[in-house]
Amino acid sequence: MRAVLLFAAVFGLIALTGFLQSWNVALGIINMGLISAIMALGVNLQWGYAGLFNVGIMGFVALGGLGAVLIGMPPVAEAWAAGGARVIGGLLVGLGVIVGAVVLWGRMAPGRARALAMLVLLVAGFFVFRFVFDAGVTAVEAVNSATQGYLGGLGLPILIAWPVGGALAAAAAWAIGKTALGLRSDYLAIATLGIAEIVIAVLKNEDWLARGVKNVIGLPRPVPYEVDLQQSEAFLQRTAEIGADPVLASSIAVKLGYSALFAVVLVVLLWLAQAALASPWGRMMRAIRDNEVAAEAMGKDVKARHLQIFILGSAICGLAGAMMTTLDGQLTPSSYQPLRFTFLVWVMVIVGGSGNNLGAILGGFLVWFLWVQVEPIGIWLMETLSAGLSEGSVLRARMLESAAHMRLFTMGILLLLVLRFSPRGLIPER
Amino acid sequence: MIDFLNGLVALLNFVVIPATAYGAQLALGALGVTLIYGILRFSNFAHGDTMAFGAMSTILVTWLLQGWGVSLGPLPTALLALPFGIAITALLVLGTDKLVYRFYRRQRVAPVILVIVSMGVMFVTNGLVRFIIGPDDRNFADGARFLISARDFREITGLDEGLAFRTSQAMTIVTAVIVVAALFWFLNRTRTGKSMRAFSDNEDLALLSGINPERVVTITWVIVAALAAVAGVLYGLDKSFKPFTYFQLLLPIFAAAIVGGLGSPIGAIAGGFVVAFSEVTVTYAWKKVLEYWLPGPLEPDGLVQLLSTDYKFAVSFAILVIVLLFRPTGLFKGKSV
Repeated sequence: MRAVLLFAAVFGLIALTGFLQSWNVALGIINMGLISAIMALGVNLQWGYAGLFNVGIMGFVALGGLGAVLIGMPPVAEAWAAGGARVIGGLLVGLGVIVGAVVLWGRMAPGRARALAMLVLLVAGFFVFRFVFDAGVTAVEAVNSATQGYLGGLGLPILIAWPVGGALAAAAAWAIGKTALGLRSDYLAIATLGIAEIVIAVLKNEDWLARGVKNVIGLPRPVPYEVDLQQSEAFLQRTAEIGADPVLASSIAVKLGYSALFAVVLVVLLWLAQAALASPWGRMMRAIRDNEVAAEAMGKDVKARHLQIFILGSAICGLAGAMMTTLDGQLTPSSYQPLRFTFLVWVMVIVGGSGNNLGAILGGFLVWFLWVQVEPIGIWLMETLSAGLSEGSVLRARMLESAAHMRLFTMGILLLLVLRFSPRGLIPER
Repeated sequence: MIDFLNGLVALLNFVVIPATAYGAQLALGALGVTLIYGILRFSNFAHGDTMAFGAMSTILVTWLLQGWGVSLGPLPTALLALPFGIAITALLVLGTDKLVYRFYRRQRVAPVILVIVSMGVMFVTNGLVRFIIGPDDRNFADGARFLISARDFREITGLDEGLAFRTSQAMTIVTAVIVVAALFWFLNRTRTGKSMRAFSDNEDLALLSGINPERVVTITWVIVAALAAVAGVLYGLDKSFKPFTYFQLLLPIFAAAIVGGLGSPIGAIAGGFVVAFSEVTVTYAWKKVLEYWLPGPLEPDGLVQLLSTDYKFAVSFAILVIVLLFRPTGLFKGKSV
């Protein structure tokens, strides 16, 4: 009952936005709210079910976005011809060296000889890798660098990119989980913080992969373009019947199309998550979370279960990342900010109610709504407060300028208040 | 021989001096993290933003002093403003402790909850800093720029390579040595410092022997505020002040603290230098030094840069992963809660 009321309240707020501002803004909030809710579901899986503290959400989201580029964009044939083989060869060499090092470490007897052999292999491998890889990168980036200069993708339908984005994130999560899980909880936090920064650094610098800071724009869409709708006879007829402005109607129709796609994904994931929670597996996860020692004594493999759920949760974040990049139609590595992607999602999970899937979804919508609306409210507040000051006053200008930074402040206060007075969130775990 | 000296000077100029200054800044930051971990038993994610806050309050006081025409001659005015910056930062952290952390400490919640709480504090501090000073770059270094400039050095020694020693770098190293010496004297020699170490080693025993936990916590926060403000100001003088870069410093700082062993002050210092030297050596283009040292035919064509400077985070991360894999308690046995 409480959940129904809360959801009604949040959607009431969004509807109010529609009436007071515009339906375009309201639908924008709903679309990003759906994506945020999916991210929150993923984090809730890790934190709420298993008590794993992941602060690398941004990295997994960005990997999902990379997936969208690698699947959706058409391949650049010239770049492949120029240096594709060398780039791929270089990557294979790099992978081979790492696998070789791991095998060597396992096979040789511990001692000085092993450390030395490992060091030689890694250093020599690094130089071979750079030798093969660098020339390929230069060749690829030289191809038509103003508009392309990268290998491009596979040119497949963008919807395929969503699960692929999830798979990329899952692979990264596996590597991180292997090293940091099983140690202290803080270590996982720091390691994920690190991997997120590295993913962003790779996206920004490896131009051959996704054009770096030059951004990939014009990703294919799963829904029609506004311009095409405005020229289609059937659509114009329909808008004329309800007496709507075709330009506005087309943009709303496109947004609704996205909403429907995202809603389907969210509902499927929610159903899966609820089923998992109710299953013996879900009970085992919560048992592990509440008392690791007891669960281990019962014969549960705590580390393996943690790895499993860490990968699942990260994959969901990657999926959401691919969806977000699809919605934006572009991949802009410089727009990935940890405060926006990692910590905001945490606010969503904590505020909504950790351990409760509906709570996470509610938190996703509510916090995203606040994130969007705090700025206009802040500006309005500052204008009212500084109304008495003269138009050219420095203080007034400063106050209006600082309103833009209200967001972080408000989110922090919100998080602290919820943690203090309602630590179980708006919809607590049952 | 001259070639060898030239190479050595280039190495000093581009690797050793910058890495030492950076290492000192990281060590001061890591000391703060490690003290909080030892006494309050959680990883403080707000530490980077506490550093930013300390630097910001120092900058504001510096501007005020500059407005009054006060200066320290060749030394940056910020040095004079630093005590005020420390005091303001101490007020901030004591305020957050009273309003936020104390409640959870009384409840004896799991450390991970405190980490999440510190995340909230991080948001608020970050918002506060952006609110007050804005998100842009601020350069507040004044006074003499160089202790020895590259040209002077060339004229004095007659070498081709110049050695530039900036005032900010010299100041960083000197200040760091003073601060660390004072900290260790305090921890090892004074009664309060000993009670802090006792509290860190075994909380229950310390409580039994009559140590007042609230007092220990308060003193810890004040020391941490001082360390954070000093580290923040030194970093800001050396590079420049931008709120976001302080948040990003969190990773190398934590890497340094973990490499040294969380909870171990000596470890934090060692870790800071390990991380700084690896970062600088791996991202430095060695061509210049190797040109002097290697005979003609072996001279490299490329830059001999192992990784581009944009990947400096990857270096801290790699060190972190190596330590986690092979020695999770760090170089100096830290805690493992």
